[in-house]
Amino acid sequence: MSATTTFALLANSTALPWAEVPEWPVAEFVEATAVELGRGARLCAWFGVPEGSSVRLVAVLAFDADNTLAVGRSTPVEPEGSMPFVVSNCYPSLTARHAQAHLFEREVWEQHGLVPQGHPWLKPVRKTGPGPAPANGEFFRVGGREVHEVAVGPVHAGIIEPGHFRFQCAGEEVLHLEIALGYQHRGVEAALAGGPHRMTMSQMETVAGDTTIGHATAYASVLEALSGTEAPLRAQWLRAVALELERLANHTGDLGALANDVAFLPTASACGKTRGDFLNLTALICGNRFGRGLVRPGGCRHDLEPARAAQLLERLQPALAEVEQAAMWLWESASVRSRFENTGTVFPTQAAEIGLVGPAARASGLVRDVRYDHPAGWHRFAQAPVAVWPGGDVLARARVRWLEVQRSGQFLREQLAAPPEGGIHEALATPAPDMFAVALVEGWRGEVCHAALTDASGRFRRYKITDPSFHNWNGMTLALRGQAISDFPLCNKSFNLSYCGFDL
Amino acid sequence: MSIPNIITNRLKRGCETMAYPRGKAPALPDRHGGALRVEADKCADNCDACVPVCPTQAITRTAGAPVALDLGRCIFCAECVAVCPTQAITQTGDHRLAVRRREDLLLGGPGQEQVRLAAALDGKLRKLFGRSLRLRQVSAGGCNACEADVNVLGTIGWDLSRFGIQFVASPRHADGLLITGPVTKNMELALKKTWAAVPEPKIVIAVGACAIAGGPFIGNPEHLGGASSVVPVDLFIPGCPPHPLTILDGLLRLLDRLEEGRVPPAG
Repeated sequence: MSATTTFALLANSTALPWAEVPEWPVAEFVEATAVELGRGARLCAWFGVPEGSSVRLVAVLAFDADNTLAVGRSTPVEPEGSMPFVVSNCYPSLTARHAQAHLFEREVWEQHGLVPQGHPWLKPVRKTGPGPAPANGEFFRVGGREVHEVAVGPVHAGIIEPGHFRFQCAGEEVLHLEIALGYQHRGVEAALAGGPHRMTMSQMETVAGDTTIGHATAYASVLEALSGTEAPLRAQWLRAVALELERLANHTGDLGALANDVAFLPTASACGKTRGDFLNLTALICGNRFGRGLVRPGGCRHDLEPARAAQLLERLQPALAEVEQAAMWLWESASVRSRFENTGTVFPTQAAEIGLVGPAARASGLVRDVRYDHPAGWHRFAQAPVAVWPGGDVLARARVRWLEVQRSGQFLREQLAAPPEGGIHEALATPAPDMFAVALVEGWRGEVCHAALTDASGRFRRYKITDPSFHNWNGMTLALRGQAISDFPLCNKSFNLSYCGFDL
Repeated sequence: MSIPNIITNRLKRGCETMAYPRGKAPALPDRHGGALRVEADKCADNCDACVPVCPTQAITRTAGAPVALDLGRCIFCAECVAVCPTQAITQTGDHRLAVRRREDLLLGGPGQEQVRLAAALDGKLRKLFGRSLRLRQVSAGGCNACEADVNVLGTIGWDLSRFGIQFVASPRHADGLLITGPVTKNMELALKKTWAAVPEPKIVIAVGACAIAGGPFIGNPEHLGGASSVVPVDLFIPGCPPHPLTILDGLLRLLDRLEEGRVPPAG
């Protein structure tokens, strides 16, 4: 219950002065966070803010049922070995009590040297090792004469991003999968310090290239919150339209790719083509198939005039009909169902424990969707029902995508019929100094979280990006437990997570 | 019910592969703008309005010299086109952008108003690869947009395999690499190993602003600034990401499968 929390409450896409964020000595801060997580809060972000030679920990929590976010911080903590003769035990691990903090604590350790005491699997997340490759560290290994290890990647067989997968197998069965990423690390967060810079907007549009609208909207919302600027309603509406087009394109592509992975080509071929049709609708709005150049702090850069909106709607209808047809083939095929059902199951308790977000969470029966739980921008006025499917298997993740394709389609039909009037861009005021802002956006993979803290001159002192993939890669490792290793591509596709969004 | 339904649907839809390159190229979206053209002699004296608005610092103008635009760094946001008071930088709507040499992407000098489009591979390589090219794709820090628009060439609308071009699962089966991303330090070793595993003779195609020069991440210390920092590049295809038509044009141009003059222009 958020009413009794000692964290500072704030709504999605708003800001509050950094001085108003409550602080605790680090052990008490971890305890307070653990208590809130125990009461059903979700960990949206957990990161460090350097202060001199020491570091403050910051937690951004979501109370979904109460439609509010909450933020708290620790007093400064000395990293291990930062000063001679000062002994720092750093802080008691949150992961030991709440698995959803697992990667966040590893990241904080890697970035700032704060050691979470009692973390069960402390190793690097993405930093470069001694050679020109990530510092992967030791992999978890299963002993026994019958056990063998399979290493896949970083370069994969298809046209996809790089990552390394290490399987511990007994025959065909996967006992354990460990995922090592970092190959895509481009230094996104480090480049943001002292920003916004000239290149920042373009970098935000390419944090995860298939989620351009999602990340760009989160970034624009953060800057608007920091500067007290409200984007015109028409721009907010346009962002919501573009966000659903992005979702349609990616979900359609995923349905096709899932069909392809079980060799069901009619749906694979049809969805492959229709995905392109949806991308072309985004290009109709702004010229770029991925929506680059559309969202800007303060509003949007291109308008969707009535004639263009009519053309969009006209081209949307047949594309939706084609996905509907292709999806029906998928559900009607017994051979597809037998491959999808009971493959790669993540149980609801596991999903909640590791903090899954997006379609992967909703496919495990968890009702969480930023558009509904934490409405900001145009979603304050227009929402789609949350698409949930029980089961947690590949079938459920495919069905949730299908439900969302239908609901995004319906949302677009409604929105295109009744656009708000007005301009599309408001001049952005200067970001306020010493402010903290959080923006969540329900991207097609799930919750995109951007948090920013400004310095005394209103520049970025710290900017933290959490792509939904950061929450969800652990879901895939759980999905593989007890599966045949030959089902790995299918399970992987059913999550379709971002490598560069994780590696930043 | 499913199978007859699928077959009927298939028959009704007919062949969905585009006529290009025998027929007309599909039109680019009207707001895409295509390749940029620079007529430096139109620049007003002392005007450098386009320089500060370019997010990737692709435009430079030193005192006394004409404006210079590097399309290898360009992400085609067209902010420069919007601010130019004299229409010295304009959009041509042309999808063709691929070049063989990095310097062919530099615009602004005399006679360098537009990109100098790629020439085909030379005799022996063209004979080897002209009708059958197998590529291994390596994403080395790509954001998944270039990857997606390379992938789309395999769908029924584009049907890349009709040209004998295919993406293969192993570098051992490949005639070359198609690289996306700025080549992160963390992918340097993997890229070098993949390159070494491709049998000679081999080619490299760099797709997208990142793979050419670092794209929106130009200057970040975590990457090497493009594919040519690690391997020799035979074809550069600019864009963020390049439109699939631009990528296809580049591949066909390299293999001499486009006969200029016989192929109608885009539009």
